Amino acid sequence: MKLNKKIPIALLLMLLVSKPMFAQNATNMIAENNSIGMWILVIMLVIPIIVLIGSLYLNFREQLIKNKQWNNENQEQHFYDYLKNLDKNQIKQFIKLKSKKCSGNCKEKGNCNNNKSSILILFLISTSGLFAQNNFAAEKESFFSQPGIIITIVLMIVPILLGIVYAMIKSNNALKVYFNKNKMGEAENFAAFIEKSEDHDIEDMLVKRKESLDFTLTNEELSGTEKAEDTIGILHNVSDKHEVHFTALKKKAVHKPSLAPDISKLILWYFGCAVFWLVVGTGIGEYLGIKFVSPDADHISWLSFGRLRPVHTNIVFWGWASLAMIGLGYYVVPIVSNAKIYCIKWGWIALALTNMMVVLGSLCLMSGINNGGGEFREYIWPVMALFAVALILTLANFVMTVAQRTTKEIYIANWYIVSAIIFTIIVALTAYLPFWQDGVSETIVQGYFMHSGVGMWFTLYTLGLLYYFIPQQINKPIYAYSLGIMAFWTQIIFYTIIGTHHFVFAPLPWWLQTVAIVGSAGMIIPVVAATINFTMTFKGQWHKVSTSYTLPFFLVAVVYYFIVSIQGTAEAFKFTNLIWHFTDFTVAHAHLGFYGIITFALWGGFYVVIPRLTGKEPPQHLVGVHFWLAFIGLLFYTIPLSVGATLRGLMWMEGKPFIDSVVLMFDYWLWRAIGGSLMFVSHLVFAYNFYKMTSKEVEEIDVKAEAFKILKKQLQ
Amino acid sequence: MNIFNDHKRLYLTAGALFTFLTYIVVIMPAFENQYNNLPLPGTVPLSGDAKAGKLIYIAEGCVGCHSQQVRNVEMDKMFGSRPGMASDYANIGRTSIWQNTATLMGTERTGPDLTDVGNRQPSKDWNLMHLFHPRSVVPQSIMPSYQWLFEIKENPSKTDVVVSMPAEFLNGKTGKVVAKKEALQLIAYLQSLKQTPLPDGTKPLDFLYKKPVTKDSGKGSSVGTVDGEALYAANCMSCHQANGEGLKGSFPSLKGSKVVTGENLELYVDIIMNGYDARADYGVMAAVGTNMNFTENEVAAIINYERSAWGNTGKKVTPEEIKKIMDFVKIKASASN
Repeated sequence: MKLNKKIPIALLLMLLVSKPMFAQNATNMIAENNSIGMWILVIMLVIPIIVLIGSLYLNFREQLIKNKQWNNENQEQHFYDYLKNLDKNQIKQFIKLKSKKCSGNCKEKGNCNNNKSSILILFLISTSGLFAQNNFAAEKESFFSQPGIIITIVLMIVPILLGIVYAMIKSNNALKVYFNKNKMGEAENFAAFIEKSEDHDIEDMLVKRKESLDFTLTNEELSGTEKAEDTIGILHNVSDKHEVHFTALKKKAVHKPSLAPDISKLILWYFGCAVFWLVVGTGIGEYLGIKFVSPDADHISWLSFGRLRPVHTNIVFWGWASLAMIGLGYYVVPIVSNAKIYCIKWGWIALALTNMMVVLGSLCLMSGINNGGGEFREYIWPVMALFAVALILTLANFVMTVAQRTTKEIYIANWYIVSAIIFTIIVALTAYLPFWQDGVSETIVQGYFMHSGVGMWFTLYTLGLLYYFIPQQINKPIYAYSLGIMAFWTQIIFYTIIGTHHFVFAPLPWWLQTVAIVGSAGMIIPVVAATINFTMTFKGQWHKVSTSYTLPFFLVAVVYYFIVSIQGTAEAFKFTNLIWHFTDFTVAHAHLGFYGIITFALWGGFYVVIPRLTGKEPPQHLVGVHFWLAFIGLLFYTIPLSVGATLRGLMWMEGKPFIDSVVLMFDYWLWRAIGGSLMFVSHLVFAYNFYKMTSKEVEEIDVKAEAFKILKKQLQ
Repeated sequence: MNIFNDHKRLYLTAGALFTFLTYIVVIMPAFENQYNNLPLPGTVPLSGDAKAGKLIYIAEGCVGCHSQQVRNVEMDKMFGSRPGMASDYANIGRTSIWQNTATLMGTERTGPDLTDVGNRQPSKDWNLMHLFHPRSVVPQSIMPSYQWLFEIKENPSKTDVVVSMPAEFLNGKTGKVVAKKEALQLIAYLQSLKQTPLPDGTKPLDFLYKKPVTKDSGKGSSVGTVDGEALYAANCMSCHQANGEGLKGSFPSLKGSKVVTGENLELYVDIIMNGYDARADYGVMAAVGTNMNFTENEVAAIINYERSAWGNTGKKVTPEEIKKIMDFVKIKASASN
């Protein structure tokens, strides 16, 4: 019992010691000439040693006291205690001994010390980590900010610590050997006592005890002897064949009442166009990534980097993500309103207009007609006007559907989705309509447009989709409406005002830049609120992630939503603007956000919705291939690019020649091309999965179903 | 809560809030800046060719990799002598009825900032070669080559602008590379990109985040704090190359050059500060030193680097003696103008 009390105390001590340790080390790296930091480190070194010595001493003393008490007690009393606790075999032996009246050996064991020593070792090992952190603190401070010195010191300390631990184990063993000698004597006495004993009461008691110990279960107490039978139809798809599965089997889509064929067809067309644009758009992106590695891949004006870059970004924005989002909206908005979609025809018109915009826009950009340089604003206004009409039609359709709802409240997903469309129309009008933008005012509008394009269209809309799909796939209501409400309004307030953080230190009004930076910090509120809301919905249901082929996509989207948004806040600060602005860090950030959050969420939505519409599921192992290629590709793409961009920014700050920073990036650009290739391959797999889910290819007939069809015909 | 059960109220409130915020942070400041900023008095309007060149700059999407803004931070000092201001962009209007205003500030610097490139790299010969095949002058460059702005002619006429391009960059084609009108227009635009000087007596904005001043820089005359090699890389290498050998037919070699290793320091400093156009077999060198506002420390560092690199041997110079020559050649240059 005493032992159990000690463990938490030891753990608590370890925590107390190690926590400030780490904090101290971190600050120490930054502030080199901090003598207070040095003293704290020395104290941190001393505390674990004192704790260690103290626990050793207590342990030793406890053992001694126990041993003394033991020796002082009446030995005979011990023997009776032992006899009461003999096990089956020992009793058997005892009875044998008594019945044959011949001599034998009895064994006994008290097994407590072993545990204790192992706990001690555990504690020692864990504290040795502390030593490793600690000992170099005593060195000169300017010294151990050098990684080489730190590694050397740690390497030197490790064997010394292992030696100390080894010595402690040895001394503890020596102590035990000494105590065991005493016990051995007692064991001999006990054996002699058993042999001499003529007490029949004890014998009777032990015989009885053996009978109870001999009792075993038949394993049929509950089930009885009858054969198992499923009389209430719980089991389905029973198969006696056992095959080896190379991949984990995931749950199949739950069958839902199918949608009307006309709306089903519309949604599938939205999806089909989106998949087409995804493959085309990312194929172009892949080619652009290769151009960084091999700039002379071609010398054709229509395929030059400057013209093709906006073609890639605009296709994935409008062609892939926007069409996929609106398509999913046509599924989610009516379902959570419990109403039919207001007008299917408007959906078809909007689809045609958006596709036209992407085709025309791409051709314009490749032939050199663009809007003059604002990111995402490269399409000229006559082209963008097509999308504006499409958005207005979609908005009218969704609002009318919500107005027809049969539920009292408007589900949270519909606040986000419908508001996203309203805001995007306002954003597009502000950025495109006014012909007045001259000089710097163009840049103010540009910051607002590109940021709201991301935050008010893609993020807000996708959040709306997640508010439907995550609870639906987990089969559990969303954790908190109130968090959703807070995230909704704070997102509007903060996201709208932060566009200028793309132009920190540019010749824009300083108050506007300050507002943008403050707003970027404010974004922590909606981001944390939404993340908590989603993760708390996941809580207790995490096991469902491993048995579902859709939930991993949503989980990635939620995790990246948190990471990328907080990263965005960090990037908006003034100092980080020095390092990261103008570098590929922004490119990596954009891909983390657009791919990690938006695209993963949309894929999850596709894999949920399409099987419901067509009744066909994707090959599960290919969904796995798609997921992992995309995920690993994204990491390969973004991590090296962020690292390289950081080094590049630091180089610029040092005032190194520009061309050196280009040479520095070569390896990182190569990694980006490799990651991009993995991502592109995953899209081909995804396109194949989409084909499998929607194709009308001839399927193997279900013999049972066909047989009953024949029977039915015969009956008629 | 009632608002969440009433779609009209919910969406109208959200839309109104968003519109209000849009007005505060976009429309209002945009109007204010548009009407409260005038171009600087010294602003030179774009010439006809430069205007056409700007349209090509826009069409080719150069802004995807090249920014045009000098931020008020120390690290941007290499791209301009003063931080940019709203007035610098005040004379930029809408491009056309179809196209938006192009301030071309940009958000990415895969390549260098071009705000002041007209001062930094004014050489027409270099720009033509660079546009036709960037790697012919900057081997490490990853810029696309804009070969569709050029044509290959067997017998160029006298009015054609011929680019002397080594055969290895012609992809096996034979003939002379001739710049089309578009290439010349684009270069006219690039050459026009110069920071407008502030009116006399106006103090420019400070560059923020200055590098911490090291203790020994206070001594003034020590050349050790100025890195001649880095200055060479930033200002000279694009023409004279990293190996100092230049490019045959375009840019002379500095390796073993008589100007570099010889005794005539005055000519040497004059070339660095005021450019050179004395030899028909090479392109014109621009007034790099004057354009970049080199100090005597910087000129001395460059000279000392060039005199010790690539096997060159020459006497070391001190900033003090360079200072005297610089003052002299400055008077000479202004007199000859």
